[in-house]
Amino acid sequence: MDWLIPLILTVITASTPLLLASTGELITEKSGVLNLGVEGMMLVGAISGFAVTASSGSAILGILAAIIAGMLMSLIFAFLTLTLMANQVATGLALTIFGVGFSALVGSGFVGFAIEPLPGLHIPVLTDIPLVGEILFGQDFLVYLSIVMVMAVGFFLSRTRGGLILKAVGDSHHSAHAIGYSVIKIRYMATMFGGAMAGLAGAYLSLSYTPMWAENMTAGRGWIALALVVFATWRPGRLLAGAYMFGLISVLQLHAQSAGVHVPSQFMSMLPYLATVIVLVIISSDRAKIRLNAPACIGQAFRPAQ
Amino acid sequence: MVRLEPRRQHSQAMVYLSPVLAILMTLIVGGIIFSFMGKNPFDALYTFFILPINNSYGISELFVKATPLVIIAIGLSMGFRANVWNIGAEGQLTMGAIFGGGLALYFYDSESMFLLPAMFVLGAIGGAFWGGIPALLRTRFNANEILTSLMLTYVATLFLSFLVHGPWRNPEGFNFPESRPFPDAGLLPVIYDGTRVHLGTAFAVLVVIAGWILLSKSVIGFQLRVVGKAPQAARHVGFRQKRMVWFTLLLGGALSGLAGLFEVAGPIGQLQPAISPGYGFTAIIVAFLGRLHPLGILFGGLIMALTYLGGELAQITLGLPNAVTGLFQGILLFFLLACDVLTKYRVRFGTPAAKGEAA
Repeated sequence: MDWLIPLILTVITASTPLLLASTGELITEKSGVLNLGVEGMMLVGAISGFAVTASSGSAILGILAAIIAGMLMSLIFAFLTLTLMANQVATGLALTIFGVGFSALVGSGFVGFAIEPLPGLHIPVLTDIPLVGEILFGQDFLVYLSIVMVMAVGFFLSRTRGGLILKAVGDSHHSAHAIGYSVIKIRYMATMFGGAMAGLAGAYLSLSYTPMWAENMTAGRGWIALALVVFATWRPGRLLAGAYMFGLISVLQLHAQSAGVHVPSQFMSMLPYLATVIVLVIISSDRAKIRLNAPACIGQAFRPAQ
Repeated sequence: MVRLEPRRQHSQAMVYLSPVLAILMTLIVGGIIFSFMGKNPFDALYTFFILPINNSYGISELFVKATPLVIIAIGLSMGFRANVWNIGAEGQLTMGAIFGGGLALYFYDSESMFLLPAMFVLGAIGGAFWGGIPALLRTRFNANEILTSLMLTYVATLFLSFLVHGPWRNPEGFNFPESRPFPDAGLLPVIYDGTRVHLGTAFAVLVVIAGWILLSKSVIGFQLRVVGKAPQAARHVGFRQKRMVWFTLLLGGALSGLAGLFEVAGPIGQLQPAISPGYGFTAIIVAFLGRLHPLGILFGGLIMALTYLGGELAQITLGLPNAVTGLFQGILLFFLLACDVLTKYRVRFGTPAAKGEAA
């Protein structure tokens, strides 16, 4: 059992950024917007969170900065695609290319800085329970937040009026417009929620997962988060399960060596990317299921008839 | 109030003007960013965009850097026209380098004149193989090629890293993670003495011409144009989407693979963990900057090559981080996409026109 607790702890930390980012993208996509810039928004969130935390000494300010930075990034995307009706795929790619460059530029002054990682929860007695204590009661608050958020999104989509409106906008923007909802405004808000969550995911990486800044430190997690939304067929419950499954796959390499598995490290590092491809193939080949759950208007520009 | 009014026809003038406009706006924003970083914006822009090419060696380097960008972007543009979003060119480039470069390592003491042509073939096959996987997954299993092609890029990069750290590491090296140097018979000849301009540059020009002919004169070129502009009409007359997916991904992959091979058999001369400063991603911008047209891509490739040279020079002389290059590239693509709205819409000031006038 010696290996199980550390394994579970690393799975939790590896899954949290995926869960945060994909929860945000789920809402964005449900509104009919496909923002492929998650990777870029995460990177800008990561450096903003790190830079503000390192300069001010306050992790709370850092996290707020990451959220705002992610939202600003998504605003660029929203302005180009929703107001100027630019192609969403191309704009999302641009957002990622820009985010990689911008974060590296700002981050060049912060390489090698050290900060205190986010403190974990400590509840006397509960956290000290053997085995499960640290897992359940010893995480930092972003871990709990990621789980609360995905549940809140699930509740929002299935049980609230706002959720119904969001889905209507994503499934049939002309009908939603005809009923009197402001399609563009709702999509702006959904896109910004996605940006905020991606920024938060980035902050988790640079403040908790590895409390430091490194160029391109997201290493494709933004893209994996996008694949997770497809994997979950746009359902929050499956998103939670999927994020933890991917978290497990991505930490296997850390534990394989100690378990005596001698596979070159590069092959172990390929696992999350290969798993993403395989999972996409399995889910996507069920066309009926995708058609049933995917927002019907995803990726399409909306222009109200005048 | 500012509003957008659809044009009856795409404005031809704006098709050509919008890249120019986007470049100008990028320069202005770039100047502002430089002044925020405490540099004189005019000095910095001069260092970035003029200094690298004010001598003949600089211009030759521009061609060296533009070579892979143009070759890859021609392939990608064919896909983008048909709404096939191959964004994994970086991985296809890497696989081309592995396949073609692997041959040079296997025959590391060869003097055969057939080595180089065989490397070309294997490089193209390697890239097409890596581009063919997303094509298979899209046509057979409906899996999104954007995500699969990108994921395969990470796999290819890790595979190259494994090879040069492990089985293909130079046994006579000093434990550095790099392969043996390629034999002379496996190196691209330099076509202009005193520079690094190699045979691949001449090939890039051929690709531009071939791309132009393919697009304007061939049946598949016509189909690509129709599928992109009017997918429903294309389906109606029986153009098969699946064929487009296969064709564009295999072609894009093969060209990216060749570009990768040209890098390792040209300027680099061996396999090493990093063989490309993101050419496969920058080529996406090149394709858009060139309006998805082969001739435009030639110019777009030269401009983006300049951002690489400028970034290197700015790093040396002004102490600016190399990331400035990526930043410029991203901003340029933003402005390009924003300016494109002008080809389809007219910007009108004031309140909406009377009912009868509205388009």
